[in-house]
Amino acid sequence: MLRVCLKGANSAARKCLCGNGVPLHPLQQCRSYTSGGSGSSAGKIVAASVLTMGGGVGGTILYANWDPKFRANVEKSIPYSDQVFGLALGPAAPPPVINKPRKVEPVQISSMSEVWKDSKQPKAKEVQRKAEQPDAEGPPAPAPQETLEEASAQVAQILSAIGEVPSVPAPGTHEAEAVPPPAALKGVPAAAAKCTECEHEPAVKERPEGEVAARLAEQDKAEQDLLTSLSSNLEDALGSTAKVTLQAIGAQEAALQAIAQHTRQLREAMEAEAPPDKKSTQWRVLEDALSERSRSVDEAGAAVLKAKAELDKLRGVIDGAKHLKIAAARPSILAAEENLHSMVVDLDSVVTRVQTAQSEAKIVSQYSELVNEAKAQFQKELNSITPEIQANWKGLTGKLTQDDLNSLIAHAHRRIDQLNRELAEQRVREQIHIDSALEQQKLEDKKALEVAISTALEHNREQMRLEQEKKVEETREVMEAEMRTQLRRQAAAHTDHLRDVLKVQEQELRSEAEEILNSSLMEKETEYRRLTQDQLDSFTLDMNAAYARLKGMEEAIDSHVIAEEEARKAHQLWLSVEALNYTLKTAALNDPTEPLEGAVQAIKESCAEDEFAQALATALPSESLSRGVYSEASLRARFYTIRQLARRVALIDETRNSLYQYFLSYLQAMLLFEKAQEAPPAKLSAEDLDTFKLLSYAAYSLEHGDLELAAKLVNQLKGESRRVAQDWLKEARLTLETKQVVSLLSAYANAVGLGTTMAP
Amino acid sequence: MANEHGQKWDRCLADSAVKIATGLGVGIVFSVLFFKRRTWPVAFGSGVGLGMGYSNCQQDFRSPYQLHGHRVKVSKSNTS
Repeated sequence: MLRVCLKGANSAARKCLCGNGVPLHPLQQCRSYTSGGSGSSAGKIVAASVLTMGGGVGGTILYANWDPKFRANVEKSIPYSDQVFGLALGPAAPPPVINKPRKVEPVQISSMSEVWKDSKQPKAKEVQRKAEQPDAEGPPAPAPQETLEEASAQVAQILSAIGEVPSVPAPGTHEAEAVPPPAALKGVPAAAAKCTECEHEPAVKERPEGEVAARLAEQDKAEQDLLTSLSSNLEDALGSTAKVTLQAIGAQEAALQAIAQHTRQLREAMEAEAPPDKKSTQWRVLEDALSERSRSVDEAGAAVLKAKAELDKLRGVIDGAKHLKIAAARPSILAAEENLHSMVVDLDSVVTRVQTAQSEAKIVSQYSELVNEAKAQFQKELNSITPEIQANWKGLTGKLTQDDLNSLIAHAHRRIDQLNRELAEQRVREQIHIDSALEQQKLEDKKALEVAISTALEHNREQMRLEQEKKVEETREVMEAEMRTQLRRQAAAHTDHLRDVLKVQEQELRSEAEEILNSSLMEKETEYRRLTQDQLDSFTLDMNAAYARLKGMEEAIDSHVIAEEEARKAHQLWLSVEALNYTLKTAALNDPTEPLEGAVQAIKESCAEDEFAQALATALPSESLSRGVYSEASLRARFYTIRQLARRVALIDETRNSLYQYFLSYLQAMLLFEKAQEAPPAKLSAEDLDTFKLLSYAAYSLEHGDLELAAKLVNQLKGESRRVAQDWLKEARLTLETKQVVSLLSAYANAVGLGTTMAP
Repeated sequence: MANEHGQKWDRCLADSAVKIATGLGVGIVFSVLFFKRRTWPVAFGSGVGLGMGYSNCQQDFRSPYQLHGHRVKVSKSNTS
C-alpha cells in the first residue's frame, strides 16, 4: 500500500513537474542540484544519521545496563548484540542463589562437640555401672576378692575422672578402664598389674566339701597304708634285729662260756700236776678248748657285727619312720625304739662281759705263757747241764747216777739261789710293777669307767628321750582325743545343716518335678485336643469342599443357561453393530452417510442391559446421528481445496492480517514450492510446524489412509490457515469419532461373542 | 469456512468497485462543479473510494481477529 502510495506520489510529483512545463533536464538539474547541494547537506545528513545511530545505540546500551530484562530482550531479538553488550557492560549477572545451606555447617560443628561431650558422660556412667555390677555379683565370692574388685572399680573411677580432662585420649582410657572391672572377676592379676594401690592377694577359694572329704579319706588311706607298711617294716626289722641280737647274745654267751672253760682248763693245766699222758690229753683238751674259744669268739664277733648292722638298719628304719611324722605310728616307733635300746644295752653288756672274760683269759694265758717259758728255760738249762736227760724229767728216778744227782742238786741249789736273787729282785720290781700296773690299771679303770659312764649316760639319755617321747605320745593322744570330740561335734552340726539343706532341696526338687509333670501333661492334653480339632477341621473341610463342588456344579449349569442367554444377546448386538457398520458405508462421494440414528436405536434395544454398549451408543456424536458423517474419500477430496486455500493464507494470523499481508501471502503461495506429499516424521520439531510442511505431511498421511494423523497435523495449523481448515477438521473429527465408537462397539460385540462361545 | 474466504473476497471486491466508482463519480462531479475540470478531484475521489474500499476490505478480513477490550474498574473492598 505504501509503495502504491509512494508510486502514486512519485507519479503525481512527476506530473506536477511535467504539468508545470519544466523539461526533463531540470529534473536532472534538480537531481544534480540536489546532488550538488547535497555536498554539504549530504554531509549534514550523514553526520546527522551517524549521530542518530550512535545516540540510539548508546541509549540502548545505557538502558540495557539499567534494565536486565530489556537487555535480555534485545539480546534475543538482535543477533550479536549479546557480544556487544558483553564488551560494553560485562557479562549479565546470574540469578540470585539461596543462602540457606551455608548457615547449617557451623551449627553442625557445635552440635558435634556437644554430642561428643554427651558421649563421655554415658561412658563414665557405664564404667560406674560396670563397677557396680561386679560388686553386686561379688557378695557370694569370698571377702578378699570383693575388696579387690571394689578397690579396682574405685581406682578405675578415679582414673576415668582424671582421664576426662584431656579430651582426645579419654575414650581410649575409658575403654581400657571399662574392660578391667568386668575382667576383675576373672583376671585378678590383670587389675592388680594396672592399679598400684591394690595388693596382690592370691584368690582363696573354698573347696567343696566332697573334695575335702575325699582328700581326707585319701590322706587317711595313705596314712593307713604308710602306717601298715611302716609297722610291717618295723616289725620285720625288729624281728630280724631281735633274732640277730639274740643270736649275737647267744654267741657271746657261748663265747663267754668257751672262754671261761678255756681259762679254767688252762688254770687247771697250769696248777695241776698230772702225769704226762693226762698232761698231753689235758693239753689236747686245752687246745680244743682254745680252738673252741677262738671259734666261738670269732662267731660272737661276727654275730655282734651282724647284730650291730641290724641295729643300725633298725635305727635307720625308725628314723625314716620318724621322718614320715605319722601320729599313729608313734607308739610302735616308741616300742621299736625301746626294743632297740634294750637290745643295744644287752649287747653292750654281753660284749663287756666277753671283754672282761677275754682280758682275764689273756692274763691267764700270759701267766701260762710265762710258766711255759720258765719251764722251757729250765728245760734248756737242764739240757745244757745234763744233755742226755730227756724232757720229761719227772719220770727219771731210777736212771740217774750220783754225779748226775750231785750236779743236779748243785744246779738246783744254784738255781734256787739264782731264783732267790731273782725273787728278791722280782719283789723289788714287783712293787714298781705293781705300781705301774696299778697306774695302768687305774688308767684303764678310768677309761673303762668313762666308757661305762658314757654308755650309761647314753643309755640314760636314751631312756629319758624314750620317756619324753612316751609322754609326748600320751599328750598327743589326749589332744587327738579332744580334737576328735570337737570334730565330732562339728560333724554333728554339719550333718544337721546338711539335713536341713537336703530337706529344702527336696522340697524344691519336688515342686520342680511337679511343675514339669503338670506342664508336660498340659502339653499332651493340648496336643490331643489339637489333633482332634485337626481331624474335625479336615472333615469339615472335606464336607465343605463337597458342598462347594455341588454348588459349583449347580452354578455351572445356571451359568450355562446364563451364558446361552448372553450368547444370544451378544449375537444380537453383533448383528446390530454390523448394521451400523453397513450404514457407515452408505456414504456417497460428497454427501454424508445416512443418519445413524436408526442403527444406534437398534443397538440400544438389542443391548438394553449392557451398560458398556449403552454408554458407547450414547457416546456417538449427535451430528452423526442426525446428519450422518462424511466418508474418508470425500474428506480426502475436500482436503485438496482446503490445502490450496490454506497455502494462500499461510502468512495471515492475528498480528498480520492487513490486505498487504494478504497480498504477500498470495505471493508466497505462488512462489513457494513444497512437496506434494511428504512423510511425516515420528516427532514434530519446531521447524516442522510450518504450514506448507504440515499440509504436505497431512496429504501424505491422507493418501496412506491415516485420517487421524492428517487431522492431527491439520490441527497444528495456525492463524488463518487454521480458520479455513476448521470446517474440514470438524468433519474429520466427527468421522473419526464415529468410526472409533463403531469399531469399539464391534470389538466389544466380537469380544462378547467370543466370550460366550468359549466353553466354560 | 472454506467458502468464507471466497465470500469475503467477493464482498470486498464488490464493495471496492462500488466505492471506487462512487468516488470517481463524486470526484468527477466535484471536478466539474467546483474545481474547474481539474483532474485532481477525480483522482482524489477515486483514491478516496479506493482507500475506503481497501479499508473496508481489510476490516472484513480482519474481523475474526479483532479484540474488543473492556476496561474493568476494580472496586475497593474492606474485607481482606
